[in-house]
Amino acid sequence: MIPRPALALLALLAVGVPAAARAHAFLDHAVPPVGGTVAAAPKEVRLYFSEAVETLFSGAELTGAGGQAVATAPATVAAGDKTQLVLPLPPLRPGTYRVRWHVVSVDTHRTEGDFTFEIRP
Amino acid sequence: MYISRSAALAALPLAVALASTDPHPAAGHGFAGDRFFPATLLTDDPFVADELSLPTFTRAPTAADGSQTLDLDFDISKRLTPEIGITLSQGWQHLKSPGAPAVTGLTGFSTELDWQFFKDAQHEATAVVGLHTSWAHTGRTNALGADDFTTLSPLVNFGKGFGDLPDTLPWLRPIAVTGSLSLDVPTKTQSNGDTHPNNFNYGFAFEYSLEYLQHHVKDIGLGAPFDRLIPLVEMSYSTALNRGLGGQTIGTIQPGIIWAGQFMQIGAEAIIPINRASGHGLGAMLQLHFYLDDIFPNSIGRPIFSR
Repeated sequence: MIPRPALALLALLAVGVPAAARAHAFLDHAVPPVGGTVAAAPKEVRLYFSEAVETLFSGAELTGAGGQAVATAPATVAAGDKTQLVLPLPPLRPGTYRVRWHVVSVDTHRTEGDFTFEIRP
Repeated sequence: MYISRSAALAALPLAVALASTDPHPAAGHGFAGDRFFPATLLTDDPFVADELSLPTFTRAPTAADGSQTLDLDFDISKRLTPEIGITLSQGWQHLKSPGAPAVTGLTGFSTELDWQFFKDAQHEATAVVGLHTSWAHTGRTNALGADDFTTLSPLVNFGKGFGDLPDTLPWLRPIAVTGSLSLDVPTKTQSNGDTHPNNFNYGFAFEYSLEYLQHHVKDIGLGAPFDRLIPLVEMSYSTALNRGLGGQTIGTIQPGIIWAGQFMQIGAEAIIPINRASGHGLGAMLQLHFYLDDIFPNSIGRPIFSR
């Protein structure tokens, strides 16, 4: 029922998908969790992505209540797993913090996002 | 930030790729800041992209004259530059009219040239202007009623995500709205005994992105595949403006869901006609949609011309 050229294109796509195996890097989950609350100040924010990301073109920043920047060491891709981006944190007081991240996956696709987490007193 | 020489050398090919193409790395399909807009099934998208719909299967509600149709549509979208894209579309139809044998064939070829002139990452907003053209004599005119005249339709499409709402409204932030407005200008006002009015077409899609909720607002524990689901309701209307048909409106409302993965998305919607002139009973639409910029990131998935 489907015309032959369309079937040929579908076959090409079926071959292309596993061969490429790279795409936009979506955030899969984070620790501390997106929008979550933790009882103790974390030492890092670890972002888990759906794809490997490039350190040179990826990063994350932290802001506190009122939007003021919190000084941190640079975010880096985890050794041995390029799907993880790690933002080291200084000692943090209780409060709500926002993580803003941007990553470039290994095939140059850029994605970005932000979320908050709360440290409870 | 200190970068080791070895790390810099390792990243050199990527840096060259970025520098030689777009000052912004490949955005690809419908991103505006944090927001990912899926390709909707019924209404036009507010972005240009390298994507392929193959196929879109439509079982329309029974038409007002009692005829029933099955449609298979094929669309390919290609970015010429990062902001300008073209879409080529072709349809195939199986038509069964009461008291007549079934007929099949091509329903017509159309093209669309779009310019994504606006994108605001902070406010998750994007907009496109374009020209859709349905070409004459590219389908079975007598058997399937394909047009024997060309119709030009200037259009504007827009999208807005509500992720910029205050954190005090977390459950509203996953909402996004896209819209499409166009005006049909047929090149013949009459043919084959039919009158062809100017039509004003307007459609909207209301989306609630579980992907946005899970990954940008609050981790509620959704795992695959539920963290990539986007429930939505689309609606599309067409109102004749003149030539004795002014005021007649047809359209459909289509609740459904889209699953958007890394390389493709699958969408399914029910079709509900808004009035008798739009048909009766329920229809259904199913679409398989591929992200060419992710499948072929270094070849046909890139804009043909880049700065």
